[in-house]
Amino acid sequence: MRLSKLTATVIATAALGLIVGTASASEGPELKHVEFSFEGVFGTYDKAAAQRGFQVYQESCTNCHSMKLLSIRNLGEAGGPFYDEEHPNANENPVIKAIAAMFTVTDGPDSEGDMFERPAKPFDRFPSPFANEQAARASNGGALPPDFSVLVSAREHGPQYIYSLLTSYEDDAPEGVELRDGMNYNAAFKGGQIGMPPPLFEDLVEYSDGTKASVEQMAHDVVTFMAWASDPKMEERKRMGWMVMIYLFIFALLMYGSYKAVWRDVEH
Amino acid sequence: MSSYPGYDPKSGFEKWLDARLPIIRLGYDTFIFPTPRNLNYWWTFGAILAVILMSQIITGIILAMHYVPHVDLAFDSIQHIKRDVNFGWMLQPMHAVGASMMFLAVYIHMFRGIYYGSHKSPREVLWIVGVVIYLLMMATGFMGYVLPWGQMSFWGATVITNLFGAFPLVGESLTNWLWGGFAVDDPTLNRFFSLHFVLPFAILGLVMLHVWALHVPGNNNPTGVSVKNVDKDTLPFHPYYTIKDAFAIVVFLMVFVAFVFFIPDALNHPDNYIRANPLVTPPHIVPEWYYLPFYAMLRAVPNKLGGVITMFGAIAVLFVLPWLDTSKVRSMRYRPLAKLFFIIFVLACIGLGWAGAKSPTDLVFATGTDAATGAPVGFSFLWFARILTLYYYAFFVVILPVLGLVEKPKDRPESIQKSVLKSAPEEA
Ligand code: HEM
Repeated sequence: MRLSKLTATVIATAALGLIVGTASASEGPELKHVEFSFEGVFGTYDKAAAQRGFQVYQESCTNCHSMKLLSIRNLGEAGGPFYDEEHPNANENPVIKAIAAMFTVTDGPDSEGDMFERPAKPFDRFPSPFANEQAARASNGGALPPDFSVLVSAREHGPQYIYSLLTSYEDDAPEGVELRDGMNYNAAFKGGQIGMPPPLFEDLVEYSDGTKASVEQMAHDVVTFMAWASDPKMEERKRMGWMVMIYLFIFALLMYGSYKAVWRDVEH
Repeated sequence: MSSYPGYDPKSGFEKWLDARLPIIRLGYDTFIFPTPRNLNYWWTFGAILAVILMSQIITGIILAMHYVPHVDLAFDSIQHIKRDVNFGWMLQPMHAVGASMMFLAVYIHMFRGIYYGSHKSPREVLWIVGVVIYLLMMATGFMGYVLPWGQMSFWGATVITNLFGAFPLVGESLTNWLWGGFAVDDPTLNRFFSLHFVLPFAILGLVMLHVWALHVPGNNNPTGVSVKNVDKDTLPFHPYYTIKDAFAIVVFLMVFVAFVFFIPDALNHPDNYIRANPLVTPPHIVPEWYYLPFYAMLRAVPNKLGGVITMFGAIAVLFVLPWLDTSKVRSMRYRPLAKLFFIIFVLACIGLGWAGAKSPTDLVFATGTDAATGAPVGFSFLWFARILTLYYYAFFVVILPVLGLVEKPKDRPESIQKSVLKSAPEEA
């Protein structure tokens, strides 16, 4: 295979153009550089962290944030934080059943035409804290807590951004910053003023695995959980990706060999 | 034509069918086609495009089985596909990344055509069919990006459809007609879905015309010298080029697959994971990367109508390229000046893409700071885009026409066979 210099230059510039072209301008505040288990082409979700993150989510975040596109069963499906090989069907996983029972959902109408409340089942969606957007805004000083379903994907450098946001609250706004009523100062938020009050503080939750519940630890855990929620098939995707790459690589070698064999006796 | 005896039906059935519907003969003539023996890897992108087009159609049909074209449900239905549909997590990124791969390949394919003079006589119609395909691809890609109904979908659609409002007199009625209402809304989404479904089949039909138009004059080649002796200058497409194309396709698929499985969102904008909200305008509305050069041209002109004309004109000029490039020499290998201007042209297109991703007031480089405000001042992307737009047009309407008349080309090989015989190192 003879690739001339021009060829190589053009390929390189095209690739560069692709990268430069798509890297959109990010002018937000600087983010903290933290590492996560799920980054990179081999990365997987740290299951223990995702389980702890779920606890943080459930004890703190659910007060305001919905996660409408996920069902409780998702927690126990392959790749999920509570997946159990003995119960490949998440609906039969006792942990998932127990988690579901902690939520209450509205069902109905029954045969009388009335709506009624019942404990949630694994197949139910995660219930939302507010009935609608207006109710959510009314309880949050006009601000709308975003849904968690794909939030990590919806922010540039999602994991780093959300981690930074959760760990960058400051009790007092720096001099010269006039906090509006009901706002909190957060150095990682664009503009510095955020409607969300600090959701994490030392020992907010008690981790059953004995991990110390520092703000940084909880932030890191909940981001792992949220990243899973946004992209639950990531592990399966990367696993399949490697198989496909290896397959194509061998295929390419075979094709190259055949190409050379077919062309062996012709000048070109 | 001793090397190409033509199809010879052997069995009784083949003879019977050949007299009624010579479809086997069609396939035979298509694949045992005399092809210049010196084609390089730039000639594999046509086959690569055909493969991605099929991949797009197949994944698209399956996605359409699960997608819901409704403003309240579209966003969720994409997530439903990625989470609950069997292999939906793979099909959705294959389709989304596939669009980018298709444009990557088509840009290489088109630059190849310009460099080697493949658009020139006798291949003008082949080229023009290609430009029509490209236009339809642009329309299809645009409408496809609207379907997930994220913020960029909605606002991209709003910005682009609003452009039609720039036309005097009919502008407003035209946009309302396109929208099916007074804003981008449910009727718009539905018609975009319908068109996005059908246009790829129109493209497929045009690709058949494209290949037909290719098989009348035959392939051009890196020397640009026409085939003189079919036996000496050419090889049958099969097996020589089927195997070379197959190798190139597999290599290209590796790039494709790397994106799909490892960085499926690398070419997507995070804002498109936010449900469309007509009340909240994103701070930067940017189209998909493959439209960025045109977006830069649009914004380079202060007047809206002027911008729209500049943008569409940039594609329109391609239709007449075969007549603008006046040189009788096809391949720029033998046109040192044209080659230089061509490389600048490619860089200008990439530069325009870069400008399209930035806001016009951003600076390419700063030269100092404003004395009053302390804000940096310097060379803005607005001016960068203006200069590059000017070059883009100049390349087609000034440089190529004039160069053809004044440039003294290098000596060309006498024939394709001679060019490969002297075992000189290949040069693009
Ligand atoms: C779906 C999109 C397209 C497909 C599937 C396609 C397919 C092909 C194929 C299979 C070939 C022969 C092999 C090769 O030269 O690579 C070809 C040649 C060609 N195509 Fe396309 N094409 C597409 C789009 C375009 C576009 C957008 C243009 C230009 C605007 C174009 C211009 C040409 C030209 C000029 C040739 C002849 C090249 C030569 O023989 O030197 N094509 N195309």
